Amino acid sequence: MSVGLRLQDVSLAIGGRVLVQGLSLTIAGGQVTTLMGPSGSGKSALLDFVGGHLEPAFAAQGRVGVDGRDVTGLPAQQRRIGVLFQDDLLFPHLTVGQNLAFGLANAAQGRAARLARVQQALLEAGLEGLAERDPATLSGGQRARVALLRALLAEPRVLLLDEPFSKLDTALRQGVRRFVFAHAAARGLPVLLVTHDRADADAAGGPVLTLGDKAG
Amino acid sequence: MPGAIAALGALMAGLFLLPVVAGLAGTLLPAFGFLPAAGGHEFSLAPWRELFAYPGLRASLRLTLTTGFAATLLALGLAAALCASVQGRARLRAGEALLAPLLAAPHASVAIGLAFVLAPSGWAVRLVSPWLTGWSVPPDVATVQDPWGIALVLGLLVKEVPFLVLVMLGALHQIPAAQQLRVTASLGYSPGTAWTKIIFPQVYARIRLPVYAVLAYSLSVVDMALVLAPGNPGPLSLVALRWFTAPDVTRYLPAAAAAVLQLGLVIAAIALWRAGEGAARAIGQRWIMRGARAGACEPGVQAAGLAAGASLALGGAALLAMALWSLASTWRFPDALPSHWSLGTWIGQSHSLALPLANTLLLGATTMLAGLILALAWFEACDRHGRRWNAPAINLVCLPLLAPQIAFLFGLQVPLVRVGLDGTFLAVAWSHLLLVFPYMLIALADPWAALDRRYARAAASLGASPLRILLAVKLPVLLAPVLRACAVGFAASAAQYLPTLFAGAGRVPTLATEAIALASGADRRIAGAFGFLLALAPLLVYLAALAIPALAFPARRAPGRRA
Repeated sequence: MSVGLRLQDVSLAIGGRVLVQGLSLTIAGGQVTTLMGPSGSGKSALLDFVGGHLEPAFAAQGRVGVDGRDVTGLPAQQRRIGVLFQDDLLFPHLTVGQNLAFGLANAAQGRAARLARVQQALLEAGLEGLAERDPATLSGGQRARVALLRALLAEPRVLLLDEPFSKLDTALRQGVRRFVFAHAAARGLPVLLVTHDRADADAAGGPVLTLGDKAG
Repeated sequence: MPGAIAALGALMAGLFLLPVVAGLAGTLLPAFGFLPAAGGHEFSLAPWRELFAYPGLRASLRLTLTTGFAATLLALGLAAALCASVQGRARLRAGEALLAPLLAAPHASVAIGLAFVLAPSGWAVRLVSPWLTGWSVPPDVATVQDPWGIALVLGLLVKEVPFLVLVMLGALHQIPAAQQLRVTASLGYSPGTAWTKIIFPQVYARIRLPVYAVLAYSLSVVDMALVLAPGNPGPLSLVALRWFTAPDVTRYLPAAAAAVLQLGLVIAAIALWRAGEGAARAIGQRWIMRGARAGACEPGVQAAGLAAGASLALGGAALLAMALWSLASTWRFPDALPSHWSLGTWIGQSHSLALPLANTLLLGATTMLAGLILALAWFEACDRHGRRWNAPAINLVCLPLLAPQIAFLFGLQVPLVRVGLDGTFLAVAWSHLLLVFPYMLIALADPWAALDRRYARAAASLGASPLRILLAVKLPVLLAPVLRACAVGFAASAAQYLPTLFAGAGRVPTLATEAIALASGADRRIAGAFGFLLALAPLLVYLAALAIPALAFPARRAPGRRA
């Protein structure tokens, strides 16, 4: 039995230009693998391919496995792969609590039970008292933390990080980074991180893969 | 110059607000017995007693409310489902070109074409007879002017679904919808469910005014109702119209009461709708928090998307049916197509078509140009004075779009008669402008607001005068939306039935008034020719508006907006 994220022989191309050729890797639960490379090297496209968000303009081959289950043919919503994007993308028409309840997996039934789970998650994250707030009134660091909580409450089996720290102030970045990695590790999630920032890779501590620099 | 802005404001108020307010007052007074021209000199509730004594009033009100709310709710739902189904798939430009024929076609034209399709002897029955139905004579059921107003609701849907789709696409530009849908997918939500829970509330918040306009319009529509709604009793607007146009001037008083009741109905309906928004919001938030990932919502969105597609197809069939009839020399029931074709109708009617066509084109061109100049003056004044008096002022100018036409047009006619302007081209053009200008203002507001201010600043730093910046920078950059606003203005003018009838006193015939007059006639070929030409004229203007920017700037790819 294989727990974790497994990519098998993945190739990506756009308009005849090969971005990724025959990439295979395995990320065990609790482990972080970092993907680096210049813009246009295909690291975001690879993340999209894994998450099921790839634009139709790309040609893709290879398999994606989550906990031993092949999810390659499944739409994004059935893969149980959580994603954190560059922007927090908290829904502006919902409160913080409603954003989290929207993310909370369907297993928690009943209004009271769901609200309690949301409050508990906020409390554990040191964000208690924010449930009724409009996301627009939160600080950048708080928003990033709420976005992570929302992704985790959906109970994903894998976490993809698409440069989620790049828009944060340097002062905030370290704290948010530690918060994200700690929560992912506590849940034993395999994490695939895409970044430009060497410091992200160092903080992640796992293997680092560099795309698109075969020539240099 | 603050003086200029004040003068402009006064001009706008004089041209647009005053007439509507005066018109409403001119309807309100006769409703309470004051109409010196008809011998009414003192306050009285007699007009109301007469209105409430009308035996068909209850049925008329029921019909008005059910068709108005049904059309608005369905149009909103279908348009949203259509947007949800094409989200991320269709190219917006291509989509707009597809919608253009139905966006441009006046309500009157769609109504006539729809009657050609839906009637017991209509195209729909012909297509499936006799091989499927076994009918060799038309069935004896009322499929048009049916007592429930289903045909009227269908007619409204054919027009309002494309309109709401267009405003929704505009609102979608302001939301990071594609990114948000990636988030919802990564949280496990199916696309249709996610669109309903996350995208729709954000879109709706931006399109409330157009939705109210659809509600107000559906409750008080006249031209479409004349063709598709049952006659006795018809919706309230038709009751008022029949009394207003009665030869007996004493009928004016209860007619004014009916028009005031119509206004009250629209105000109450919008208030009710707003209360419904609050309830829907509370229910929606509970539903969102329950976290269901797919459920019954998904097939519902798909079915509604298909229904929206069907309503567009029905509209296309309606336009086509008019073209076919106008080119038919013989089309016997139950043939699917005419057995003999000819240009006879077009040639034979060319004389009777000429004046209405000329009036339609001239009115459209005049009001479009006047509307454009006023709209540009409006936005330019806002730019130069750094004022953001846009939003609330736009709502005021939009009053004529929300107020039922019948409630202020009659009141306007009285002063027009007094100054001897009724029945003149000028009076009709001005009554069109009341509706053309707000449509153009709305069409231009978002593109103008989205224009990158740095272009103007860069030009100013190069020494360009404000006028030169407007002519050499802003207008060329905004060419596409400016032309589109012109097309919207032209189509709005071509569509005006009631203003033409009232301000024109029957002496300024347009394609809209003549087509409606012919719709009840026996000869579908003639009505088809008038109705089709009525749809074709604004469509050609619309297509020109879509094509010209590409011809003028073949090298330019992106519209002049900030990303």
